[in-house]
Amino acid sequence: MKTNDVILQTTTKVVFFIIFLFSIHIFFAGHYTPGGGFVGGLLTTGALVLLLLAFDLKTVKQALPFNFTIVTGIGLLLALGTASASLVFNVPFFTHAFDDFTLPLFGVTSLHTAMLFDAGVYLVVVGAAITIIQSIGGDA
Amino acid sequence: MTVIANFLIVVTILVGLLFTVVAVIGVLRLPDVYTRAHAASKSATLGVLSILVGVFLHFWWNKDHISIQLLLAIAFLFITSPIGGHLMGRAAYLSGVKPTKLTVGDDLAEVVKKAKQSKPE
Repeated sequence: MKTNDVILQTTTKVVFFIIFLFSIHIFFAGHYTPGGGFVGGLLTTGALVLLLLAFDLKTVKQALPFNFTIVTGIGLLLALGTASASLVFNVPFFTHAFDDFTLPLFGVTSLHTAMLFDAGVYLVVVGAAITIIQSIGGDA
Repeated sequence: MTVIANFLIVVTILVGLLFTVVAVIGVLRLPDVYTRAHAASKSATLGVLSILVGVFLHFWWNKDHISIQLLLAIAFLFITSPIGGHLMGRAAYLSGVKPTKLTVGDDLAEVVKKAKQSKPE
């Protein structure tokens, strides 16, 4: 029997963006407040899982045509690249650097290379978790 | 002014607490799954919302910090909590949970029967 999912799907279309924006906020706030790459990645995964619950696997794959194994790979490369970029400047492995920049909209902002490493963690968490859920949830 | 502000905060949080307790009593006392879902989804939503509003006002008036996350949480709960109640009630009905003996009518039964006949999956 086919059930009527209008309420669930309409709510998902609204709530997905709230969760996704909050995950982005958690990711960027990680340096000064609780949060960071891991929690942000898990929240993004939660938003995507909500999409998977409300729609089916094929629709979500059409809407997000990424291969999430490759997303994991990009995340690992980003983390390794940030860690080994310090070797170029003749400082120990994993040495981070930061400086204050004046950005057009944000004013004076302190940009830190630890954020790039965090972005790597974020991509690895999202890629690995979605890969696990998609391979468990699939029929074959 | 601080006294009025603190009084309002305490009243909001106490109202939230009261509604949460009422939700718990409703879940324990009511006869079947639908009336329990009715008690749990509505009173618990309003209870948690009031507590969050109280916390938001406390941080706004006493600490001078407007927490966007709390506003987001209030909106989020207000949207999602009734949907959770709706989905659980529907899942219970479709998996054959019988309502209490006091029920007089069941309009959904005919619709479900017709849907089952038209699409035998």
